[in-house]
Amino acid sequence: MKTFRGKTLSWQVADGTIELSLDRAPCNEIGTETLAELENFVTALDSLQREAHALIISSARKEGFCAGADLRELYHRSQALPPTERLAGVRDFLERIHRVMNALDAAPLVTIAAVHGVTFGGGFELALVCDLIIADKMARFCFPELRLGLIPGFGGIPRLKRDLGNAVVRDLLLTGRSINATKAQSVGLVSQVAAEGDALRVARATAAQIGKFDRDTTIAAKIFIKPLAHDELRREIDVFCKLFTRPAVEAGLRKFVESTDALPYLP
Amino acid sequence: MTTLEKTTDEILQLAADHFKVPREQLSPSDDFFKKLGINSLQALDLLTRLEQHFRIELPDYELQGVSDFRTLAERIQSRL
Repeated sequence: MKTFRGKTLSWQVADGTIELSLDRAPCNEIGTETLAELENFVTALDSLQREAHALIISSARKEGFCAGADLRELYHRSQALPPTERLAGVRDFLERIHRVMNALDAAPLVTIAAVHGVTFGGGFELALVCDLIIADKMARFCFPELRLGLIPGFGGIPRLKRDLGNAVVRDLLLTGRSINATKAQSVGLVSQVAAEGDALRVARATAAQIGKFDRDTTIAAKIFIKPLAHDELRREIDVFCKLFTRPAVEAGLRKFVESTDALPYLP
Repeated sequence: MTTLEKTTDEILQLAADHFKVPREQLSPSDDFFKKLGINSLQALDLLTRLEQHFRIELPDYELQGVSDFRTLAERIQSRL
């Protein structure tokens, strides 16, 4: 299907570019509904990619690109299950989101994340699966997971390590600080910084440029230069699950859920 | 005007311009969350604008517990 409008996202194909737009209030938190629609998109990508050379992932929410996993849903779903079944539920979610992320990462076309505002946690990890990140100058990137007693669980650490030096990964992970688009570009994470509100336009121009090249050569280059770190990605799921069972995580999630702040994941 | 006063003044002007609050209504001791009527997301937006204006990096953990313009100016001053 060339166009789709779901509850959390939509996609369309135009001028050889697939545009996937996230749109779930407040800031595209990834829960089971978004995951299911992302799975549908990955399935549709098999046929969509035959008529496209590029994929742009962006957000229709003014608050930002994506604030990461839906922690409220994660907490409530976990609490609804007997303690012995909670871990299995989390592992199942992680296995599914990893399949989506891995499929996007290795998709046979050039992928571009056009990000703005909050690009945190799982949202940052979604941007990291893309071949290029084009950032609005007001974008901020952050791995806040350690505040909850967890590590990023959507493949973020192996992908950031693949793209940047280990020291940058440690800085972001161990301090939990957020960095702006200029800093992100200076460390090699962001390929282009756009003016406020201009990231999608810049991404479209970049996609048009990519479309000038021979597609098979482009894909060969991508496969050569961007391998998936399968072993580390598997280990990440195991470490996340091991951490998840600790009481500190339940306490951290409860504190988050009970916060009255509209966006309590922010510093 | 001391350097800290100049930094404070620039912050007040930037906040006034961006959040559409008359500059004369802002003072260094004001709680910027209350005075500007902003939430944590907009505070993050303000942080990004301040980093760009002063060409500095200001880790957000340094702003935990900071809510008045003067202390914010001190934090920025320490990075200039």
